[in-house]
Amino acid sequence: MLSHFNFRVILQYLPLFLKGLWATSWISAVSIFFALLLGVLACSMRLSNTVSFKKIAGIYIESMRATPLLAQLYFFYFGLPTLHINLNEIQTGILALSLNSGAYIAEIIRAGIVSIPEGQTEAGTAYGLNYIQRMRYVILPQALGVTIPALLGQFIVLVKDSSLVSLISVLELTRAGQLMASERFMPAEGFFTVAAFYLVIYFVLKYLSTLWQNRLIYREP
Amino acid sequence: MYTFYFKALIHTLPLFFKGLGVTILVSGISLVAGTLLGVLCGILRTVKRWGLSRIMGAYADYMRGVPFLVHIFIIYFILPEIGIQLEPFPAAVIALTIYAGAYISEIVAAGILSVPKGQREAATAYGLNAFQQMRHIVFPQAFKVILPPLVGEYVLLIKDSSIVSVIGLTDVTRVGWLTVQRIPEGIMVFGLVGIMYFAICYPLIHLSHILEKKVSYDAQ
Repeated sequence: MLSHFNFRVILQYLPLFLKGLWATSWISAVSIFFALLLGVLACSMRLSNTVSFKKIAGIYIESMRATPLLAQLYFFYFGLPTLHINLNEIQTGILALSLNSGAYIAEIIRAGIVSIPEGQTEAGTAYGLNYIQRMRYVILPQALGVTIPALLGQFIVLVKDSSLVSLISVLELTRAGQLMASERFMPAEGFFTVAAFYLVIYFVLKYLSTLWQNRLIYREP
Repeated sequence: MYTFYFKALIHTLPLFFKGLGVTILVSGISLVAGTLLGVLCGILRTVKRWGLSRIMGAYADYMRGVPFLVHIFIIYFILPEIGIQLEPFPAAVIALTIYAGAYISEIVAAGILSVPKGQREAATAYGLNAFQQMRHIVFPQAFKVILPPLVGEYVLLIKDSSIVSVIGLTDVTRVGWLTVQRIPEGIMVFGLVGIMYFAICYPLIHLSHILEKKVSYDAQ
C-alpha cells in the first residue's frame, strides 16, 4: 500500500492540513480554558456545604460523564436553535467541549484536594490561617502536584475529542482529511496524515507531562 | 406544536429501542473481545524480552494519540484499498476492540507492575514456571487493582460506541440524528438519546466507585 502512497498530493493539500491543525489547536486551547474555569467552579460547588450547590454540581458532573460527547454535541447543535439561541458551529463545538471536559476536570481537581490528609487542614487552622490562605498555601500546592499530569491527560483527551466537531462541519484537522479523502479519493493519504498530526500533538503533550513528573520527583526531598 | 412533536417522538420510540439494542450489541461484543486483547497485550507489555514491551507501548501510544473518529475512518475507508471490504457492523466492532484493547492493556500492565517483586521471587523459589506464576500468584493480586479502572474503561467504550454512527451503523445516536431531521426538537430528541446512555453508563460509573472504595479499604 505504501508503495503507491502519494506524497505529492499530501504536499499539495498541506496548506489545508496546516489550517486544520491551527483550528484544532485553538479550538482545544479555548475549550480547555473554559473547561478549567467550569471545572474549578463545579468542584468548589461540589465540595461546599450548601446542599443545593452540591446537588447542581453533582447533576452536571454525572450527566456529562454518563453520556457520550457526540450526543451532547448534537444536543446543542440541534437543540439550541429551538430555544432561539443561535450560535455558529465553532461556538457550539467549543460550548460542548468545554462543558464535557469541565465535568472531568472538576473530578480531577476534587480527587487532588481529597487526597490531601485532613491533618493538613487542621494544622493550617491551628496556625490561624483562614480558608483562602489554607487553600493558597497548604492545600493547593500539594494538590496541584498530583493534578497537573491528570489535567494534561485530560487536555490530550480534549484534543482528540475536538475531532468530533468535524461532524458539525467545522473545518479542523479531521475535516481536512475528510475533504482530501473525498475530493481525491485518497482515504489512506488523507487519514494517515491526519493521524500523524494528532500523534505529534499527543507526543508534545506527553513530553510536557513527563517533564512535570520528573521535576516533581526531583524536587521531592 | 410541542405536544405534536412529543407524540411523534413517542411513535418513534421503538426505533430508539432498536438503536439501543445495536449500541448494547456492538459495545458488548467489543467489550469482551477488547478485554481479552487488552489482558494479552498488558501481560506482553510487562515482558522485557524481544522488544515486546516497546511494541505494546507503541500500540498503546498510537491509540491514545489518534482520535477514535480518525481510527474508525482508517478501518472503514482504508482497509478496502488493500482488499478488505468490511460491513459497518464488523468494522465498528473491530475498531472498538482495537481501541479499547490499548487502554485496557495499559490498565492491566499497571496492575501487574503493582504486585511486589518479592511475590514473583517467592513463586520462583517454589518452582513455578512463568505461566503458573502469572496464573496463580501475580494475576489474582493484580486483578483487584485492575477491576475499578477496567469498569471505568467500559463506560468510555460504550460512550465511544456512539461514534460508530458516522459509518452508518444505526445505533442510538444515529437514530437520534435521523429522527431530528423529521422532528426538529433537538433538545427533546437528544435528551432522550442522553437518557438512554445515562441509563447504561451511570450504574457502571457507580459500580466503579464502589469497587474503588472496596479496594482502597482492603489495602488498609
